Amino acid sequence: MIKFDKVTKIYPPNTAVLKDVSFEINEGEFVSIIGKSGVGKTTITRLILGLEDPTYGDVYFRNKNMRITDHLQIHKIRRSIGGIYQDYKLLPAKTVYENVAYVLEVKGVEQNEIRKETDKVLETIGLKDKINNFPKELSGGEQQRLAVARALVIHPKIIIADEPTGNLDPYNTYEVISLLEKINKAGTTVILLTHNREIINKLGKRVITLVGGEIIRDEAEGRFII
Amino acid sequence: MFTNISRIIKFAFQDFSRNKGVSIAAIFVLIVTILLVTGLFFFQGIASYLTLEIQNKIDITAYFKEGTPEQDILNAKDEILKISPDIKNIEYVSPDQAFQAFSEKHMGDEVLARALEQVGSNPFLPSLNITTTGDPLQYEQVANTLQTSGFAELIEKVDFSEKKDTIEKVYSITTNINRYGIIIGILLILVAMLVVFNTIKLAVDSSKEEIATMRIVGASDWFIRGPFIIQGIIYGFIAFIFCILISGVFAYILSPKLSVIMPGFGMFNYFLTNFWILVLIQLGFGTAVGILSSLIVVRKYLQV
Repeated sequence: MIKFDKVTKIYPPNTAVLKDVSFEINEGEFVSIIGKSGVGKTTITRLILGLEDPTYGDVYFRNKNMRITDHLQIHKIRRSIGGIYQDYKLLPAKTVYENVAYVLEVKGVEQNEIRKETDKVLETIGLKDKINNFPKELSGGEQQRLAVARALVIHPKIIIADEPTGNLDPYNTYEVISLLEKINKAGTTVILLTHNREIINKLGKRVITLVGGEIIRDEAEGRFII
Repeated sequence: MFTNISRIIKFAFQDFSRNKGVSIAAIFVLIVTILLVTGLFFFQGIASYLTLEIQNKIDITAYFKEGTPEQDILNAKDEILKISPDIKNIEYVSPDQAFQAFSEKHMGDEVLARALEQVGSNPFLPSLNITTTGDPLQYEQVANTLQTSGFAELIEKVDFSEKKDTIEKVYSITTNINRYGIIIGILLILVAMLVVFNTIKLAVDSSKEEIATMRIVGASDWFIRGPFIIQGIIYGFIAFIFCILISGVFAYILSPKLSVIMPGFGMFNYFLTNFWILVLIQLGFGTAVGILSSLIVVRKYLQV
């Protein structure tokens, strides 16, 4: 589903964040990519989303080389990926309902369908009573749940969770990770990028370990060892 | 397609109403800018009026010899019109008309009245008053034509040499008013556009993170920039409504005061006569600056 083929990413003037990184993620997998801060985890997210091109090597999304994929296709790819981020990346001027509905509006979904899907996912995620609140009126945990709702509403084939628990307390952390496991069981591919040792050791799923921009380990049932 | 457009419009109005502070600031700056442009428009009107008034006051006169038959002078007038295309107006003044005009002008001046009495007869010569389109060179050419033409022996004198300095000064003043008016106008408009651009940049800057999020969830470039552009149009339209009202009221109040200094110039009348041009300038300028600024700034963030 996703393939990194000898990917190197160098930021100007000469900072190599990823060095000759190769891995492949198959449909339905739950893969954690771990490493210390600044090791290139977010760069991997940006490369998958086509927000940047690798300096060397290629990134493939469903066999499409992102480097040569046109803009329209890249927009479509982004619309098929559910993203959950440490800083939530919510739209501050939109309400809870509008934040979730926005991703469907971007896809061109009909209004009736949007209402149905948005109501359903907000009900599931427990934010039904806050549909008219703005993100700043929510707690950190609620904001992250809103981000999860936004990721889920498009029924994504893949979810990228980039440090999703970075700003959360242990209770909310547990909640988010449980949710990701549940989503994965339903068949969605999950890529979790984190430096949270406890989560990784508890999950017992595939772990790719990055050190200094290089993959030093890729294990089917890995543990957090850096 | 239609769904997307209606959503873009909905987002634009949502953002406009939810970011009141930014919207008010942008509209206020646009109002100031449009009023500045409107001010230049009125200035141009006043300058044109003044230029025309001054130019109309400048003429040269060809005095014909005493006793020259009126028909000969009128024939000369037709001939001058044929050979000098730059002539705007040419008027025959008979000795009686000249006498009457002089008497009316100096009515109550006993010294002059007595002097005329002593002369005994009408001392004024028949003449042709000639006005060109304003260039001193044209006056010189007309004067030369008069003195070298077939009817030159009928002419007593042409007063060009006496008026030459005045004509040149007036021409220089009117030319400079137009030239510097245009330069200052362009500079002011550029400064105004920069101010508006920066205000809208600040407005879009505050949405930088929002734009990044929109990109991540797969919004197309037009889906992102559309609401900002429509907001630019809304800013421009609201600013235009304020400006057309302000300039109308302003012209109405100033009109009687200005007509004291410039009797032939009605400010409110000028506003009404040029109403649609003014609408075009204000609406066009406001929305164009609003749209352009949004486009340029959003484009920058779409590349990040």
